[in-house]
Amino acid sequence: MGVVRALSLPRVEFNRAFDVVGMAVLALVAVGLIYGAIDRPSLFAQYVIIGMANGALIALIALGYTLVYGIVELINFAHGEIFMMGAYFAFAVVAASSVDSSSSWFAIVGIAVVALLGAMVFSSSLNWGIDRIAYRRLRQAPRLAALIAAIGFSFIFQQIAIYWRGAPPISPPALIPTEYRTYNILTEWFNLETRIRIRPLDLAVLGLTIPLLILLRWFIARTRTGKAMRATAQDRDASALMGIDVNRAISVAFIVGGALAGAAGMIALYYNNSARPGMGFRYGLFAFTAAVLGGIGNLTGAVIGGFVIGLVWSFSDGFVRQYFSYWGAQWTPTLIFGLLVVTMVFRPSGILGEHATEKV
Amino acid sequence: MAAPATTLPRPLKLPSPLRQFFEENRENILLFVAVAAFASYPLIDEWTGWGRLGSWGAILIYVILAMGLNVVVGYAGLLDLGYAAFFAIGAYTMGFLTSPSSYFIKAGYVPEWLQSFWPALAFSWIVAAVAGVILGAPTLRLRGDYFAIVTLGFGEIVPNFFLNADEITNGTAGVNPIGRPPSFTLFGRTISFSPTDQNYWYWLILVIVVLSLLMIRRFYNSRMGRTWAALREDQVAAASVGVNLVRTKLWAFAISASFAGFAGSLFASYFQYVHPANFEFIVSVTVLSMVILGGIGNIYGVIAGALMIGFFDRILTEELTPPVNRLGESIGVQFLAKHDFTQDKFLVFGLALVLMMLLRPEGMFPSARRRAELRPELDEILEQEEQSLFDTRSDDGLHTEGRL
Repeated sequence: MGVVRALSLPRVEFNRAFDVVGMAVLALVAVGLIYGAIDRPSLFAQYVIIGMANGALIALIALGYTLVYGIVELINFAHGEIFMMGAYFAFAVVAASSVDSSSSWFAIVGIAVVALLGAMVFSSSLNWGIDRIAYRRLRQAPRLAALIAAIGFSFIFQQIAIYWRGAPPISPPALIPTEYRTYNILTEWFNLETRIRIRPLDLAVLGLTIPLLILLRWFIARTRTGKAMRATAQDRDASALMGIDVNRAISVAFIVGGALAGAAGMIALYYNNSARPGMGFRYGLFAFTAAVLGGIGNLTGAVIGGFVIGLVWSFSDGFVRQYFSYWGAQWTPTLIFGLLVVTMVFRPSGILGEHATEKV
Repeated sequence: MAAPATTLPRPLKLPSPLRQFFEENRENILLFVAVAAFASYPLIDEWTGWGRLGSWGAILIYVILAMGLNVVVGYAGLLDLGYAAFFAIGAYTMGFLTSPSSYFIKAGYVPEWLQSFWPALAFSWIVAAVAGVILGAPTLRLRGDYFAIVTLGFGEIVPNFFLNADEITNGTAGVNPIGRPPSFTLFGRTISFSPTDQNYWYWLILVIVVLSLLMIRRFYNSRMGRTWAALREDQVAAASVGVNLVRTKLWAFAISASFAGFAGSLFASYFQYVHPANFEFIVSVTVLSMVILGGIGNIYGVIAGALMIGFFDRILTEELTPPVNRLGESIGVQFLAKHDFTQDKFLVFGLALVLMMLLRPEGMFPSARRRAELRPELDEILEQEEQSLFDTRSDDGLHTEGRL
């Protein structure tokens, strides 16, 4: 270790200067947000709601990155495409069922649940499959070999989606009756005269995501398998010596991550009312940014990072334009990828990564 | 089971001077033959009427890209996933400097002498190298996979910026037209680079490919090339014998970026058009697959990989589609009749990356050095060590079987 430490360049002053600048920028953003919230409260609240729904989706995907990275230190580049395949599978299930918005409530809810579970199973088996086929064989290889294979899989999945449903975006069969598309819970249920709109869809996203997050937390913290995963993440060799089936623990990380991505795929399909073969790339990179922002390998961090990115996304898409006319949704990817680069360069351990010794 | 050395060593035979010349310059002679073959292609194309000269010009530009990416991925061992960004920077620099519709020319920022092809080519070379230094300086300290993702992020930001900053870049309309190399007279013939003079364009690109090849080969055989190999193989050991890690990596990154800038400005002038969609992530991945398929670290392997993938991507799929469709129609297979092979890019690159990583990570034509690093089980030294250990334990030789 001594040698390695001697190699690292004197970075202290550099980091401190960055911390000051970073804090200043964050403070500026915070002041701007407070000003915006006072200036246009209802619009602000609206974008918070959209941001929370986006953030919940990103958090689900980010967890898959962080679970896998925490346990095998691999950036599973194909994870965004696992999410996309979940959306496509959910589409296929709903399309095959011939249930639509005119069917009974029972059928609609039933097919939604079946599509959700189906997408979860499908995505997790894909994720498990690529680990079995490729990543497991590359575990002893240089780290970049597995990353390159993951990039390869990401392109293979995109091509499969193109063969499956063609390259243009698809929109799913309408499950939700049209009158509910513009339904505002605040006015319909609480008789509030407000311009803030909360759709059932927004609530559904959070209502599906939060139980999944709690379930995951319980699974990792309490179950035997979860403990095995945490042990493997800490020290693979020692865990193997203690009798933990390391390969199984790793497979479970891929399966759980895949299932969350599949659920996110189904939710995104209906939340955006569309899916396309390239959607996994952007969502995947946004989610990876969230995972890095929260401290990669850290589950709580991934969720926090997910919501932060979701909020950045929605505010950059709409709210900022109220004050800066040249800003718009087209700049959002630049902003978030910029955030990714800046985080990785100046704070690769993320918000929570530094002091969190426990991974996964 | 070596036979006992009873035979006398063969008498030393002095090779003839000609033979000696061939032995010593084998690499250069083969290179010369290959270049001559490529240089004669326009005549063959004209004679046979294939009409594929334009595709080969584009493929040769990708050869420059692949050689440049090989510097950073193959020599220095850093995975750069945003290589298309430097390609874009080179292309847009060329556009900004020489296009009549350029914002910078209209605003009067570009001096007159810089508005022609050759100075602009040199300038975009420098701009790309500087961009490489700017991106590399803060990021090269990062660990391998983090570095890869940062370059990927950068590779997304650059085309996104060119797309959205439409006041400067014309956004989706792109920059068009772009300056061409001025025509000149050589041995009484006018050599011009108008759209009808594809032959001269092809030869110009070929000349730049060969110059790039020679430059990169010199770099690789220089002191710096050896430090790249040292830090790729063992950073700690390299640093402890006095290699400045960050500076060495930065050089590799800047040199690699500068060749992308070269390729980008050629690309812009050759196609007379720059558009953000020319520089998406798929371009970086295409170039990466060229490097990996051909043989990471071996410049000739990389060139072979680039030619193979380029040939597949730009010629084979297009040529294959009509006959296969006709075949599909005649035998009544709907899939074959409708299938457009030019749309299979993603699958092929994806499969190439996965299969190469699983089966032959050192590539089709590996450098011996990289092969030893990537496939330690093939390492001869290891082989010999184990052999000698087995020899001391048992002499049945069974243990060495099935190792490969």
